[in-house]
Amino acid sequence: MANNITIRVCMGTGGIASGGAEVLAAFRQEIDAAGLNAEIRENCATHQVGCRGLCARDVLVDVLVGNENVTYQFIKPDMVSRIVQEHIINRNPVAEWTVGEEYHNFHNKQVKVVLSDCGRLDPENIEDYIAEGGYEAAQKVITSWTPEKVIAEIKASGLRGRGGAGFPTGVKWELAGNNRSDAKYIICNADEGDPGAFMDRAVIEGNPHSVIEGMIIGAFAIGSKKGYVYIRAEYPLAVDRLRLAIRQAEEKGFLGKNIFGTGLDFEIAVKLGAGAFVCGEETALIASIEGQRGMPRSKPPFPVNKGLWQRPTVINNVETLANVPFIIRKGAEWFASYGTEKSKGTKVFALTGKIINTGLIEVPMGITLREIIYDIGGGIEGGKQLKAVQTGGPSGGCIPADMLDLNVDYESLAKVGSIVGSGGMIVLSEEDCMVNMAKYFIQFTQEESCGKCVPCRVGTKRLLEIMERIIGGQGKEGDMELLETLSNSVKVTSLCGLGQTAPNPVLSTLKYFRDEFEAHIIDKKCAAKVCKALITYFILEEACKGCGACLRACPAGAITGEKKKPHKIDPEICIRCGACFEVCKFRSVGRD
Amino acid sequence: MIETLKAIAGKYRNSEGNVITLLQDTQEAFGYIPKEAIEFLSKTLEIAPSRFYGVATFYIQFHLKPRGKNIITACCGTACHVKGAERLYNAVKQELNLSAGQDMTEDRQYTLEKVNCVGACSLAPVFMINKKVYGKATGEKLLREIRSNGKPQDNGK
Repeated sequence: MANNITIRVCMGTGGIASGGAEVLAAFRQEIDAAGLNAEIRENCATHQVGCRGLCARDVLVDVLVGNENVTYQFIKPDMVSRIVQEHIINRNPVAEWTVGEEYHNFHNKQVKVVLSDCGRLDPENIEDYIAEGGYEAAQKVITSWTPEKVIAEIKASGLRGRGGAGFPTGVKWELAGNNRSDAKYIICNADEGDPGAFMDRAVIEGNPHSVIEGMIIGAFAIGSKKGYVYIRAEYPLAVDRLRLAIRQAEEKGFLGKNIFGTGLDFEIAVKLGAGAFVCGEETALIASIEGQRGMPRSKPPFPVNKGLWQRPTVINNVETLANVPFIIRKGAEWFASYGTEKSKGTKVFALTGKIINTGLIEVPMGITLREIIYDIGGGIEGGKQLKAVQTGGPSGGCIPADMLDLNVDYESLAKVGSIVGSGGMIVLSEEDCMVNMAKYFIQFTQEESCGKCVPCRVGTKRLLEIMERIIGGQGKEGDMELLETLSNSVKVTSLCGLGQTAPNPVLSTLKYFRDEFEAHIIDKKCAAKVCKALITYFILEEACKGCGACLRACPAGAITGEKKKPHKIDPEICIRCGACFEVCKFRSVGRD
Repeated sequence: MIETLKAIAGKYRNSEGNVITLLQDTQEAFGYIPKEAIEFLSKTLEIAPSRFYGVATFYIQFHLKPRGKNIITACCGTACHVKGAERLYNAVKQELNLSAGQDMTEDRQYTLEKVNCVGACSLAPVFMINKKVYGKATGEKLLREIRSNGKPQDNGK
C-alpha cells in the first residue's frame, strides 16, 4: 500500500535565489518520468512553501512519506533524481544529504506562532491555510462576537506593535473604534525599510492569508470597510503572492461585499511603496497612499483620530496582524503565556551578519542574546570573536559582547540604548569596525531624511561629515563630544521618529566602543582593518617570493619589483584596496 | 507613446488622481519617466507638473533619465555591507568601465545601481541582475554572469 507522499520545496526569495524553482521543476519531472508506477505518482504531491528560516542552507526540501518527514539541505536540481529513486521509490532516505544536528538546534529553541505555517503551507493555495484552521478566527469573530469583545481579547493578550515602537495593539484599535466617522481605514504597513530586516517579506511570502485574516479581524473591531496594504515594490514575489491571496479570499467570500454572509463589507487594496524609508512612519505612509511626497507631519492629531483622507485610521505592522488570528484561535491567555511581564508573545528576528546560521527566527520575548547567537545561530562564522549585536537597524543601537545575557524584550533593549525595532539583528565580529558601522547607519538616515525639518535634514548631514572625517583619518580632539551634543539635539528636536532615532547608532557606539573612536581619532588606527584611509599595506621582504601575483593584482600600479625578488608597495600610489593582501599565497603582504 | 499615456491617464481619471500610481505605470511602460510624459499627463489630468516632479524626485524608485537595458543592483543593506557589498560594487563598476558619477554604460547596455535592502539578508552579499537575485555573491560569480551576457563595448554604437 502506498503512503501519501508530499514534497515541499522552499520557495521564498531566499529559496528561489538558491535555485528553488529549478529543484521543484526537477522533482515534478522526475516523478512524471517513466518508470515510476502510477500508484506512487498519484499519491505524490509536490509543492512550494514559504521560508522556513534557515536560508543559509537553501534549497531545503522536505520529503514526507506518511508522517515521516525527512529534510534535505543544499539541494541542487541534479541531486533530485537520486532522491526520487532511493527515497521515494525504494524508501531509503539519502542520508548524506539530510540536515544534521545544526538544523534541529536551529529550530529547537524557537517558538513559532507567526511563522508556524511558513514552510509548511503552499502560500499560493488558500485551501492549505483553511485546512489548518485558517479564516476560522475571522468567521468566529464576525459572526458571533462584538467589536468590543475582539478589542478586549487583543488587549488581554498583551500584543504590542511589532514594527518598532511597541504600542499596544488593542489600545490602538479601541481608540479608532471609539471614533465616529463616515469611513475608517485599516492599513497594513509592509514597507519594511530597515536594511537587514526581512521578516515581513517572509511572512507575506510564506503565509499571506494570516495577514489578510488579521486585517479582517482588525477591520471588524474598529468598524472599517476598506483596508490597504502598503508594501515595498522591492519585494516583487511578496506583492504577487499577496495579490493572489486577496483574490482567493474574495472568491471565498472572506473579502468584498457581504463577507461571511453577514452583510458586512470589507475590501483590501494593495499600494506599492516607491522607495522611501521615511514612509514607514505613519503620517508619511498616509501621505504616500494619498499620492503625495511621503513627508511626516506633527502629531497630534494621531492617525487613529485623523488619518487617511482625514478619517480615523489604524496602521499595524505585518507581523502584528499575522499574530491576531492565532490569538483569536488559541486565546489571549495562551498568547500571554509566552514572553515577559510587559512584552508578551513571540518576536520574529532576521538573524544576519557574521553568524553561522543566518536566517529568520521566531523566539519568545525575553530570551537571552546568548541563546539566540549560540544555541540558535550556531555561533560566529569562522571561529571569530563576537564583538557586538546591532538591533533595530538605523534607529537602534549596538549591544557589546559582554552583555550577552541581556533579555531580548522591549524594555531591556531600551534600557541599554537599543530597540527591538522591526527585528533586524546583525551580528558583528572582531573583523567589523564599530565606527564604520555607526557611519554606515548615519549615512543611511542622512540619505533617507525627507528634509522637512531642520534638525534631521541638517543635523544628520553634519553628523555624517564628522563621521567621515574620523574614518578618513582627519578626526580631531573634541569630535566625540561634538557628536554627542549634536546627536542629543537632533534626537530631541526632530519632527518624526526617523530623526528622533537617527543618532542612536552613533550614541550607542560612543557609549560602548569609545576606545575604537579614540583609536581612529588619536592613533589614526582601525583595529578591524576596515577603514581604508587608516590602513597601510607593506611587503614583508623575508617572506616575499617575488611571484608577481600582487603586482598583477594591483589596480593602481603601486607595486614594483623584479621576478623572484622581494617586491615593494609605494604608499603614495597605493589606494589601499587590499587586492595584494588577498592574492598573496605566502602571507607576505602585511597591513597595519 | 501618446496612446500608452492616454490609457494610463484614463485608468486613473476617476480614482482620486493618485500621482504615485500614475508615475509607477508610466515608468513601467517606458523604463523611466520622460519629460514629455509628465507634460502630457499634466495637461490631460490638470495636475501641475510640479506635483509630478515633486513626487518623482522624492521617491528613489523613479528615474527621470533613461536607464540601461540591463539593470544590475547592488544591495547595500546592513548585512550585505558587513559582508563586503562595497567591494563587489566597485569590482562591477570597474568591469563596466564606469567612471565616478556615471551609472550607465556608454552603450546603454547596463545600469549599475545601489539599493537599500532587497530583504534576502541571509544570503548576503546579494546582487540582482534584472529580476534575478544572486545570493552569496562573489566578484568572480558576478563578473562571469555579466561577461556571459556579452561584455559591454567601450564605445557605444
